[in-house]
Amino acid sequence: MNFFEVFELPRRLTIDGDDLQRRFYALARRTHPDFHQSAPPAERAAVEERAALVNAAYRTLRDPIARVDYLVRLEEGRSTREGGEARPKAPPALLAEMFEIQEALAEAKAGPLDDATRATLVEQRDRLLERYGAEERRLTGPLAAQWDGAAPAERPDALAALKAALAARAYLRTVITDLAEALGEEESGVAHHRH
Amino acid sequence: MSRIIGIDLGTTNSLVAYVDEKSGLPRVIPDAEGRTLLPSVVGFTPDGLIVGEAARRQLARRPAHTVYSVKRLMGRGYEDVKNELAYLPFTVAPAEGTVKLRVGGREVTPPEVSAAVLKALKDRAERHFGEEVEKAVITVPAYFNDAQRQATRDAGRIAGLDVVRIVNEPTAASLAYGLQRLEEGVIAVYDLGGGTFDVSILRVKDGVFEVLATNGDTHLGGDDFDRVLQLWLLEDVQARHHAELTRDCVDLARDAELMQELRLAAEAAKIRLSAEERTTLALPLPGFTYRRDITRAEIERLIEPLVGKTLGPCRRALADAGLTPADIEQVVLVGGSTRVPLVRRRVRELFGRTPHSQLNPDEVVALGAAVQAHILAGGITDMLLLDVTPLSLGIESLGGIVNVLIPRNTTVPTSAREMFTTSVDGQTLVDLHVVQGERELVKDCRSLGRFELRIDPMPAGMPKIEVTFLIDANGILQVQAREQRTGKAASIEVKPTYGLSEPEIERMIEESFTYAEADVETRMLIEARNEADTVLTHAGRALRQGAELMSPEERIAIEAAVGALRSARDSDDRERIHGATVAVNQATEHLAEVLMDAALKGALGSRRAAEILKEPQ
Repeated sequence: MNFFEVFELPRRLTIDGDDLQRRFYALARRTHPDFHQSAPPAERAAVEERAALVNAAYRTLRDPIARVDYLVRLEEGRSTREGGEARPKAPPALLAEMFEIQEALAEAKAGPLDDATRATLVEQRDRLLERYGAEERRLTGPLAAQWDGAAPAERPDALAALKAALAARAYLRTVITDLAEALGEEESGVAHHRH
Repeated sequence: MSRIIGIDLGTTNSLVAYVDEKSGLPRVIPDAEGRTLLPSVVGFTPDGLIVGEAARRQLARRPAHTVYSVKRLMGRGYEDVKNELAYLPFTVAPAEGTVKLRVGGREVTPPEVSAAVLKALKDRAERHFGEEVEKAVITVPAYFNDAQRQATRDAGRIAGLDVVRIVNEPTAASLAYGLQRLEEGVIAVYDLGGGTFDVSILRVKDGVFEVLATNGDTHLGGDDFDRVLQLWLLEDVQARHHAELTRDCVDLARDAELMQELRLAAEAAKIRLSAEERTTLALPLPGFTYRRDITRAEIERLIEPLVGKTLGPCRRALADAGLTPADIEQVVLVGGSTRVPLVRRRVRELFGRTPHSQLNPDEVVALGAAVQAHILAGGITDMLLLDVTPLSLGIESLGGIVNVLIPRNTTVPTSAREMFTTSVDGQTLVDLHVVQGERELVKDCRSLGRFELRIDPMPAGMPKIEVTFLIDANGILQVQAREQRTGKAASIEVKPTYGLSEPEIERMIEESFTYAEADVETRMLIEARNEADTVLTHAGRALRQGAELMSPEERIAIEAAVGALRSARDSDDRERIHGATVAVNQATEHLAEVLMDAALKGALGSRRAAEILKEPQ
């Protein structure tokens, strides 16, 4: 059973958060182990697994980006485990403009940061954070709407667009993290989207 | 379903509660004397174990035989705790996967000591209901890791309890508040107890208590306040009474009994200063009496850094929940240490609102445990607690890097699946190292254990072993493995890094039946003897210190009463010991007052010493 089926929802990216929460709470009331204490030991494992599935489904679908990521994997029939990906490659469209940043990064790694390099890194980091935000808004806005409205024949294109935007976002994220590390900052400013 | 009790197994005090069927409200069960708090102190005497108030009273007299704050040692190894051992008067030694305490000629593990406390609460509940109680919900700090939770569950088993659920303390508290006082919305629970600190952020809606994030520090609490105050007091006594100490060759820091006296005096002053702006420390020591005034501002300067340490976890919990302080609609205070005015002030500043504290902060966790027990028993169907795992769970991958499988603050139960294979032809063993923590490197995380999967020999890369890591509703890890080609469940050998093995637990359960003072009468006799010893010590001291302050008649009366108690003490007649103890108390009452007045003279003006020294409970 996939996460959309858990909540009896169609495979669409526009989900009303309040409605999802209501469905989750209603389902949790039926599946939570608290209400199956008298089940025989053999059934208890199944109870825990079922509750774990409901929890995982809610965790994924309530987050608009994780939701897209999940949908893409589901459509492509890939493993739907969260996280654990190798370091993302630069999408071709971003390659050229990343060249300058990679150079500055290499310089920063080679020796101590001088003020000019630091200023460049900060400027680049801020610019990329902006891009990162824009990519997320595109994913959860127009691209999600494009998928939801796509006729069956249009779906491969809509899916490809989602996938490309996800890849760009993932790549931006690693570069931003690299920049933050080079700047000696702990927080990259790339927060996980939750709640 | 049979009755389930709710137990708050605290660092300093423990309680047991249940939900009253008629009113539907949770109630704490008192002991025969009406006390609800059971001090989490266990004394080892030649005659057997004593637990609670009687053990607490022998702390200063028999420090090497009296164990307190054992919760700080639960589920921990020697390396984790060696830094604080200098402050503990009993001997702690390293042992396989745990530590052992050497007390009263025995070696015991922390779960066995906790089991003695649980057993006392179980007995209390059984007396209250007049029937056997077998099942319990036990609370733990939300930030407890897997090993600490397992150790708590082991303690329950050793005490003869079926632990049907381990519940997080702050979430238990939210259930107790939720039943009576809470409006729906987003709440923060700030729980500062005797030894641990937790903060949990919850959303309460339609009877569902959904934990959004939790954080904390399992080694921060009122004990630490006491310790800085004790050390300050030690320095102050040494500075002011250097001459007397040198003359009498007293090395305070090395005298376990006197250090206990200092610790207890520090704790008592801390408690008084939560209600008053200033108090007097008066401490009779060998050869002199130490006394000075101390103000609330002074102790606040000493504990400020400790209180400050709670704010970081609050901010991290908020960040993980994706919230800012302004999003928090209600703040709830839990734990005895939230009575400290500085703590309240800092919490109010951080969240920008006045926290709730209507329910007794000592009792609210036990009340919540009772509510959760009632839910599990089927007595409440409209409330549901959705808790999270406090720490990320991962496995060791190449280069000692942690591969996170379940991130922190994931709602439990939760599971993760991972595929494994072999790298060498004919390999029959796959070794998984499971860790908990937020750091990238395995060496910086908490090792939970090694799981060895045994499989049939096959060419390298052929086996496909699916391993399922499930964190159950108790926050405890279960691991299952299946070889996908054969569909057979792979056999797993679990080697926990910390904790007791199954045979050890079974042996302890056996022993607890063999050695336990099964007989209530015996225990009461031990307690009476202990009380007698305490009174004899005090009377002896009063006679020495008050030599010039009493009439010959008074002295004769006291000495006669003391003599009678000495001979009664070793008899088996509890009533006689008790009677003789009361007689000594009465005979020395006047002298004690005179001594106290003498000690406090000048410092307090016209108020009566007895009034001022009366400690708030």
